[in-house]
Amino acid sequence: MSRNAKINTLLLAIVAALAALPLALGLGDHKEEPFTGADGEAETAITEIAPDYEPWFAPLYEPPSGEVESALFALQAALGAGVLAYYFGLRKGRRQGEARAAAAGDGRAPGSGSAGAAGSVGSGA
Amino acid sequence: MHIAEGYLPPVHAAAWGVASAPFVIHGVRALTREVRANPESTLLLGASGAFTFVLSALKIPSVTGSCSHPTGTGLGAILFRPPIMAVLGTITLLFQALLLAHGGLTTLGANVFSMAIVGPWAGFAVYALLRRSGVPLMVGVFFGAFVADLSTYCVTSVQLALAFPDPGSGVVGALAKFGGIFALTQIPLAVSEGLLTVLVMRLLVQSSKGELTRLGVLLQGGAEKEAAVR
Repeated sequence: MSRNAKINTLLLAIVAALAALPLALGLGDHKEEPFTGADGEAETAITEIAPDYEPWFAPLYEPPSGEVESALFALQAALGAGVLAYYFGLRKGRRQGEARAAAAGDGRAPGSGSAGAAGSVGSGA
Repeated sequence: MHIAEGYLPPVHAAAWGVASAPFVIHGVRALTREVRANPESTLLLGASGAFTFVLSALKIPSVTGSCSHPTGTGLGAILFRPPIMAVLGTITLLFQALLLAHGGLTTLGANVFSMAIVGPWAGFAVYALLRRSGVPLMVGVFFGAFVADLSTYCVTSVQLALAFPDPGSGVVGALAKFGGIFALTQIPLAVSEGLLTVLVMRLLVQSSKGELTRLGVLLQGGAEKEAAVR
């Protein structure tokens, strides 16, 4: 593995560790329902501060179940990851193509180069 | 982090909408100008939006025992400047509000303000400041993305504290409460976002040197040390 790939892997490993550590250390154990969404907690806080507050607008569409919701979240992540992968794949392909073209060009370069030089000398004379 | 549908009083919802609209309109103009002037940047624009899509779909456990998600807005702000990120962030927020009942249409203005305006601007400001003082590219990128993420959640806390001041301790008390829920949870996630943004930037330096130079992220001629990273 190149030094570059090692650094990238290390970055991913730290991110994974940051996500897994709270779970492994049981940092949600003090809660009735550990690791719920912070948004939900904010809603609870609002009802504590203003018990009379009623949300005055409901979402136009609400996923009918937690499963459908996680499917849509997965879709969102997949769409994003797909576009990112397309971008980097395309770039890599282009670079490889250019490198190959350059290599092929190099193979012919000595002959064509000297021919070109001879031509320019000839036309100059 | 998005404030849920209906959870801001109508006056607050409208005020945040009015505050956000000029930024988004200005952003749409900047985006059209960029695409017209440099059609080839469309791909990288798409990739920046895609990064926000992925990161804001990832709900990650945090130290407070709850889950939250990064925003992914630092990358686009550094690459294309904050106005364009206002548009990309708004698109992400619309998707989540319409399809996932995450965030909402009435709270869209407030959520756009925190995630698509303040986050990108704060992150970009920190990035630009660090870069100007001669800090290496990747360090600037890390702190830019970190600040973009964390400032978003701080603004959300302020927005909720303004709408729901604590009966006893007022706005400050409410801010402590919402900050404890959002900002504290977000610190390790902001670190994760910083690291992931560095990762993507490293891949971009590897694959898209020309584009990064044109955008001013890498210096002309590749004299910089980071530019030599292969």
